[in-house]
Amino acid sequence: MSTADTLQGFKRDGRVVIVGASLAGLRAAEALRDEGFTGKLTMIGDELGEPYDRPPLSKQVLTGWVPADGTTLPRRRDIDAEWLLGVPADGLDLANNHVRLADGRTVPFDRMLISTGVRARPWPVEAEAALDGVFVVRTREDAAGLQRAVAAGPSRVLIIGAGFTGSEIASVCRERDIPVTVAELAPSPLVGGLGAMIGEIAADMQRAHGVDLRCGVKVTQLEGDAQGRVRRAHFSDGSTVDADVVVVALGGIRNTEWLRDSGLAVGVWGVACDAGCRAFDLNGLVTDDIFVAGDVARSPNPMYEYRFISLEHWANAVEQAEIAAHNMVSTQANRWPHLSIPTFWSIQFGVNIKSVGVPTYADEVVVTQGSVADHRFVAAYGYQGRVTAAVSFNNAKWLDHYRQLIERAAPFPPPCPTPDQPLDAKPVPVDFPGPTLLAQGATVVVTGHDPGERRVTAMRQHR
Amino acid sequence: MRVVVDLSRCQGYAQCAFLAPDAFRMHGEEALMYSSNPDDAQRHQVLRAAAACPLQAILVDQLEGRDAPVGTSPS
Ligand SMILES: Cc1cc2nc3c(=O)[nH]c(=O)nc-3n(C[C@H](O)[C@H](O)[C@H](O)COP(=O)(O)OP(=O)(O)OC[C@H]3O[C@@H](n4cnc5c(N)ncnc54)[C@H](O)[C@@H]3O)c2cc1C
Ligand code: SF4
Repeated sequence: MSTADTLQGFKRDGRVVIVGASLAGLRAAEALRDEGFTGKLTMIGDELGEPYDRPPLSKQVLTGWVPADGTTLPRRRDIDAEWLLGVPADGLDLANNHVRLADGRTVPFDRMLISTGVRARPWPVEAEAALDGVFVVRTREDAAGLQRAVAAGPSRVLIIGAGFTGSEIASVCRERDIPVTVAELAPSPLVGGLGAMIGEIAADMQRAHGVDLRCGVKVTQLEGDAQGRVRRAHFSDGSTVDADVVVVALGGIRNTEWLRDSGLAVGVWGVACDAGCRAFDLNGLVTDDIFVAGDVARSPNPMYEYRFISLEHWANAVEQAEIAAHNMVSTQANRWPHLSIPTFWSIQFGVNIKSVGVPTYADEVVVTQGSVADHRFVAAYGYQGRVTAAVSFNNAKWLDHYRQLIERAAPFPPPCPTPDQPLDAKPVPVDFPGPTLLAQGATVVVTGHDPGERRVTAMRQHR
Repeated sequence: MRVVVDLSRCQGYAQCAFLAPDAFRMHGEEALMYSSNPDDAQRHQVLRAAAACPLQAILVDQLEGRDAPVGTSPS
């Protein structure tokens, strides 16, 4: 589809298939129509019903304010699509350009978008995961079940995993005065995303709100009663906790299994694509007709040395979907790169936590303004002497300032922009547990992480 | 009605909570909590809040009801 004429023809009456009908899929569909695509558009999704928003599921839905089926995403425009819902795609045939559905149907396309996102990582022991009262939270059905269980006034809720979702759920339960135990294998909550210093602040916050926080321990077994209801959890240090609701918040698994034999570069960190959202194949060649967006995408960011970054951020799904849609209907010269600096938010224990940049891409962190004790501060992250990220606790209005520092690769540590310079503004090692996210699980064999490096040395290594 | 707020853009200035207090509330100092499906009776207020948001972070459905997907169940 190289010439402008064929592109015009494709825009007029080509066929686009979007697999994964959630936030990224819907926003891409809307953007395609905005861009003037008038051909056939098919939305394939394994969930029933219209696309809905997930962040409220661990917040407003859990408090009972918004019903679980009340987060259907608003539409920006009519997308005039054929919806194939309730059936997963289970294969992609790149030789014949069609998607295979689990019920045997095939759906042909000229161009497609992969936006199959992430699913909740289940409790590893199936029989224990199946006990009544054990939940994960990814879908609205999950949230409806957990909301009912929490509303019933359980004697104790055990949350396994103190990442963002687990911490938000703990916060809602404490607001409702329900006894909560949080179990985290790492030394503190949020440490995987934000490092040890912020982790300790998060731990203090949880304890101040009455959470029974247990770090550095592993839940080894969930025990049920004769009726198949969960009642107790056993820990690696020999202790136990009695709980009638258990929330497994161990992060997500990217939905890439259906692409296993497709020849695309897929793995545990998602589907690799270029900065223009075009998928790579196993040889590191960029495909022309297959695009990727949202939580399932793994793409290089020039601001972070072209490393392949996988994000589970709402705003990233929206932006990447719009770029993918634009590039689907544009000539090479008119394509856009997805160059944005990642942003994320979380609301817990009355604190608005926001981040800009990639906090895991850092070796040092420093509180640059505000007061940690008041839970109103900004911390900047640096890598090899330049600012790479910032996190704010109840100080979001400053993040734009830090975004500009990141864009300019400003020196780290940055000066405090206000008179409230914290007393102990000394950078400390960022200290993530284990290797940082970015360094793990390289699944793209040929392209490597760093084109700069590849030109000089890594090419030779790869031969 | 359907509402979503882009909370990565929102800066918590609370104009929306002032104009449509039943749909938008502040949680703590600056976190915004909102209803994703406020009652239609609040439509006028919610639209005013969306128009007033300095970050234009509030998205309200442009269709309401049209273009509902036709689901196919596994056969
Ligand atoms: C409880 C919770 C709280 C969150 N809170 C925040 C927050 O505070 N801030 C923030 O920035 N982000 C938050 N997120 C993350 C945010 O929701 C995601 O980044 C966003 O949903 C990504 O959208 P997506 O469309 O890429 O993927 P998803 O929303 O995961 O959608 C993928 C869709 O594809 C479907 N699918 C999967 N496999 C197939 C297949 N083979 N065939 C057909 N369909 C398939 C899935 O069922 C799903 O419907 C939260 C997520 C959760 C679950
Ligand atoms: S008016 Fe806009 S920026 Fe202010 S709190 Fe509401 S959504 Fe956020």
